[in-house]
Amino acid sequence: MAPLVPDIISNEFNFFIALIVGVGFGFALEQAGFSSTKKLVGLFYGYDFTVLKVFFTAGVTAMTGVVLLGHLGILNLEMLYINPTFLPSAIVGGVIMGAGFVIGGFCPGTSVCAAAVGKLDGLAFIGGSILGIFAFMEFYPMLKPLYMSSPEGGLLIFEQMGVSRNVFAIILISIALIAFFAVTLIENAVNNKKTIYPARVVRKNMLLAAIPFVIVLFVFITPDTEQRIVNKIEKARREGKCEVRLIDADKVASEMVQQYFKYYLIDVRSPEEYKKSHIPLAINVPVDSIRNEEFRNYFTQHHRKVVFYSDDDTTARKACLISRFLGSSDNYVMREEFTEFTRLFPKNQGEDFAIPDNVNKEVFMFRLSASKKLYDLEEALKHQSAPVKKKKTKIQGGCS
Amino acid sequence: MGESTKYMNPYLAGFILGIVLLITIVITGRGLGASGAYKDGIAATVKTAAPTHFNNAQYFQEYQQKNDGNPLRSWLVFEVIGVLIGAFISGVLSDRVSLRLEKGPRVKNYTRVIAAILGGALFGFGSQLGRGCTSGSALSGMAIMSFGGIITMMAIFGGAYMFAYFFRKLWLK
Repeated sequence: MAPLVPDIISNEFNFFIALIVGVGFGFALEQAGFSSTKKLVGLFYGYDFTVLKVFFTAGVTAMTGVVLLGHLGILNLEMLYINPTFLPSAIVGGVIMGAGFVIGGFCPGTSVCAAAVGKLDGLAFIGGSILGIFAFMEFYPMLKPLYMSSPEGGLLIFEQMGVSRNVFAIILISIALIAFFAVTLIENAVNNKKTIYPARVVRKNMLLAAIPFVIVLFVFITPDTEQRIVNKIEKARREGKCEVRLIDADKVASEMVQQYFKYYLIDVRSPEEYKKSHIPLAINVPVDSIRNEEFRNYFTQHHRKVVFYSDDDTTARKACLISRFLGSSDNYVMREEFTEFTRLFPKNQGEDFAIPDNVNKEVFMFRLSASKKLYDLEEALKHQSAPVKKKKTKIQGGCS
Repeated sequence: MGESTKYMNPYLAGFILGIVLLITIVITGRGLGASGAYKDGIAATVKTAAPTHFNNAQYFQEYQQKNDGNPLRSWLVFEVIGVLIGAFISGVLSDRVSLRLEKGPRVKNYTRVIAAILGGALFGFGSQLGRGCTSGSALSGMAIMSFGGIITMMAIFGGAYMFAYFFRKLWLK
């Protein structure tokens, strides 16, 4: 499941990919004519809208692809790097870049393309960029208040607009198509050309324009991966195939004491509850994040059994059922709820523990000693890497 | 010159660019970039040429905290080297490689060079302040629907249109 870096592809190989991707990027930019400063600036004087056409087509293509792959469960959208929003610096920086664009006739990527085909103005622009970036670095202490003001984190535009991702995709595609039509008219007017659309061209354009709409529409009407899993569980439940295997708390405790390394004891409650108290050696995977990439390893392995527990039976069962669609691990649900477990296995380590009358003495002593051993184990293993908590690998990125 | 006819259809070029961007997102989880490579290149130069300054200046201290290791081993540096190669290949295939200066019809050579340096400096400066340029912030931002990226994009193009009138003599007849 994508993105492939950093979990699937190593960072070393990643640099090779960077090179290849760069070649594609540079090739496409140069073919589009972005190595020509006059073609680029044409956008701002109305005689050549190539930049807008290329830029919007690329944006819409990539965006539609992201929406589609995300929907199919191939690309995990939550793992994508969203550059953080700092409105004041984004706007001021953007306007300064705009001035640089119209004065210098390039942007950083296109100036590299221009220099590659021997344009000296492109080279001069690169030189200027280096000066500008160096100036920013040197004056950073002065600029920092503006640079860091009103941090809002990685915001998504459709959330800001209060619409869904798909609705925004439709809006953006529509804007792009209207813009393509409008700029062609403007371009022809500025260059004193007549706009003629033969029927054949109209048909072809309509067909091409329909493609992104059809893709987003497909995403709209078909259930996504999440929904498909829920549907599958529902179906299984209706058909009575929804059985989960149960395991007794006593069995869990004795197994954990003897061979904790053969189990993943998974607490599916919220991180807050987990932090307050949990069964020793348990790992926290909140039921809502069970599908997250970082926990996937627990459910795709075969060398450890997985035992879920929670505060209520339904949640633990739900977690167990979801995990069944994530991988083929050997899954169980602890019969007792967490509160019940803590009652049966009290954390009192004192010697004179009064044995209640209504319980079997041997059972009680077993539980007491198991509890102590579990806590001792947890303490002993704390300094090892043993209960592996997978570190969430963060995607670094952006172009800043 | 009649060379413009040789450029690829903009929609086709845009589609190819979009696919490259999509592949990048699928593989790396982030978009393309350009100005970031300059930043890493400059950081590497400062580190070698003026190590004391590198260790003392606030910017580089924060930079080091964010990026451990050699700045030149950054993803974007490799990517931009690729851009250079890719553009050169494209230029060779379309027979566009030659040493020359492209400029508006009324502009002298040195004016064009100064304008390019000045424009580059502004763009470079702005890209650091705005956390990304046309590639990393605007284009990639659109693809992943980043709010900040799209705002930066609108500011770049809005700014350019705002200033276009004042600098028309650089470009128009």
